[in-house]
Amino acid sequence: MPTDITQLVDVRRGTRGTILSLPEDSELRSQCIRLGICVGASVLCIERLPGGTIILEASRQEIALGRNLAKQIGVAIG
Amino acid sequence: MNDSSSLSPDDITDVIPHTAHRHVDTSAAQFLSKNKTKLVLVGNPNVGKSVFFNHLTGLYVDVSNFPGTTVEVSHGENPKYAVYDTPGIYGVSSFNDEERVARDIILEADIILNVVDAVHLERDLFLTLQLIDMGKKIAVCLNMMDEAEDRGIRINVEELSNRLGVPVLPTTAIRKSGFDKLEAHIPQACPGRSDASLHRHLHELLNCVGSQAEGLMVLEGDKVIAERHGVEPGGDRELIYVERRNRVNRLLDKVVTATERKKTLSALLGRISISPIYGFPFLAIVLYAIYLFVGQFIAQDVVGFTEKTLGDRYFEVFVKDQVSSVTGTTIKVEKIGRTAAGNDTTIAARTYVFPHGTHADPVLADQMKAFRKVGLNSINYKYSSALAIIFFGEFGAFSMTVTYLVFLLLPLVLGFYLSLSILEDSGYLPRLATFVDRSLNGLGLNGRAIIPLILGLGCVTMATITTRLLGSDREKRIATAILQFAIPCSAQLAVIAALLATAGIKATLIYTSIIITIFIAIGTVLDKALPGKSTPLLLDLPPMRLPRARNVLQKTWVKTFAFMKEATPWFFVGALAVSILQVTGILDMWVNLLSPITTGWLKLPAEASTAFVMGLVRRDFGAAGLYAMHLTPMQVVVALTTITLFVPCIASLMVMLKERGTREGFTIWVGSWVMAFGIGGLVAMILL
Repeated sequence: MPTDITQLVDVRRGTRGTILSLPEDSELRSQCIRLGICVGASVLCIERLPGGTIILEASRQEIALGRNLAKQIGVAIG
Repeated sequence: MNDSSSLSPDDITDVIPHTAHRHVDTSAAQFLSKNKTKLVLVGNPNVGKSVFFNHLTGLYVDVSNFPGTTVEVSHGENPKYAVYDTPGIYGVSSFNDEERVARDIILEADIILNVVDAVHLERDLFLTLQLIDMGKKIAVCLNMMDEAEDRGIRINVEELSNRLGVPVLPTTAIRKSGFDKLEAHIPQACPGRSDASLHRHLHELLNCVGSQAEGLMVLEGDKVIAERHGVEPGGDRELIYVERRNRVNRLLDKVVTATERKKTLSALLGRISISPIYGFPFLAIVLYAIYLFVGQFIAQDVVGFTEKTLGDRYFEVFVKDQVSSVTGTTIKVEKIGRTAAGNDTTIAARTYVFPHGTHADPVLADQMKAFRKVGLNSINYKYSSALAIIFFGEFGAFSMTVTYLVFLLLPLVLGFYLSLSILEDSGYLPRLATFVDRSLNGLGLNGRAIIPLILGLGCVTMATITTRLLGSDREKRIATAILQFAIPCSAQLAVIAALLATAGIKATLIYTSIIITIFIAIGTVLDKALPGKSTPLLLDLPPMRLPRARNVLQKTWVKTFAFMKEATPWFFVGALAVSILQVTGILDMWVNLLSPITTGWLKLPAEASTAFVMGLVRRDFGAAGLYAMHLTPMQVVVALTTITLFVPCIASLMVMLKERGTREGFTIWVGSWVMAFGIGGLVAMILL
């Protein structure tokens, strides 16, 4: 069954999701993984600032992602 | 034991002894001591490493730039070890300068003391596991145990140690708790239990790379290390990272029990500070508090006393009296009194001429002494010798520069770094960066650039140095340009505020909108024009905590000291250069050259050009010169716009040249002259 991919930047506050895809850029991907944002990781959006800066809870830490990064990350809501 | 599938890390270090394989003498190898066991401190940012470092090294610490970078590395010695501190990093790789420096030092380490934040294990253990995979001898300090307990985080230290395969010592560095065991803890350092499948790959690589640590870097795709050994960098970094991340998560499941997280005040503040609704008032309160502390208390009260009284009245007079005793000087003494309105005014003035110094004419010198004895004086020394002017004159290296550095800049820099350290240790700084991130994106910056931009309002020189923390060269370039063009430093702000107060609300609004427009325009234009992309924000937000006084004070001191050490020579060079320009008459030529532009294009009095050139020496001198002229409110706007857009004082030019290179530095400098007069003229055309 195909899963709907939402860009992380569009995720609303309080939404849970699973990471489906990471940025193309290899360094950025690695830096995400280091902080626990890997494909398959479950995350919770604890805040979304106007403009699209996203604050996630992932691997028990709070992580802030700029809008341009959040655009490059795909999540499945739920 | 030779079955590669069951190798333990010890076997690998046995196969090839550490010293036998170094075929490349790297800059790190030359940088680090060769005689003693090299103990390297490694940890994520803000885990309290520096307390360990100070404990292990004592007073004699040497801070130097790592070869080829602007990253500072602290080094100290004790009887057993040569101790090195590394920049705080999230992992060993080469994503930025800090990581590259840390990587090179770690590769040379004999023992690694890995400091881990017990409250933040999720983040910190990634680095720990990576270090273990490198096969180095490691001892772990599990720091901030008291806070972990307060938060209800229980860590099974023994289990953690068993699973990592390295000794783990619980500590609370700030109270030195656990430090009594540190001396016994470090020698127990050993290679830990690294990833089994990684190990096999590494073993294959060992023949061509030489050490497990470098092998791991190659496997993780580090181009520099691969090139060093003439091999291809691996392409499996992501797989390795994902697996390591999973190992961290599995480990935490077994080792950590956290009681249900209460809605603590810290969590609440953390949420408020990044809330779209409450974040802004929160930020406003923080900024206002900083303004009250730095802008009011330090800049007005403290500096008012240190600069005006200690500096001008005592220090400079003392120095100049000494000099005038032996060299030809004309001394003009003005008695200062108060008008009914409370302003300073000259009551009486006398001029004393000493062609051969005050020593040669004791009678006149005594007369002068008697005149100076009562009340407040303003004393002006005019030396006949060029050398005396250069070193002890109005802009002299040993008169004005010392006053400026010690009595004006030092208190300001202390104040700013104190505020910054409190923000940093409280955990607000990354949240502030998050909160403003989107607003800075349009300028080609991410939220982290807010730090140098705020510091710029204190001292642009200090802020220019701080641009180092930005992620890419592109961002450093944009931030430096914005700082140099559009951010007035505190010295200048004071004068600008005073001038605008006389010019009225309309002038203030026009001036502010012009500067903000230019601020935005520079960033936007550079972001469009410069090739490449800026790095997006990716930050972990540590829990908000009450900063600890000792940590904050120590940080403030270390940063202030480092800045003063770095900037001081440039202030002297700048003062020397300006004094020489003054003595040789080039300064006057420059003023004359500018005066037709000033009168014709900017439509300001000719004397304003003196104020512009003086802005080179100290930005506030430039603006202060405008006081004396009777400008209309709109002329004030033109003059202040022009002066703000100038590159700040000569010291900040010097630091910029060093940070950004001669070509880029001079481009910005020349650009600022063009911009300042160009835009100043346009404003004049519209307003005057």
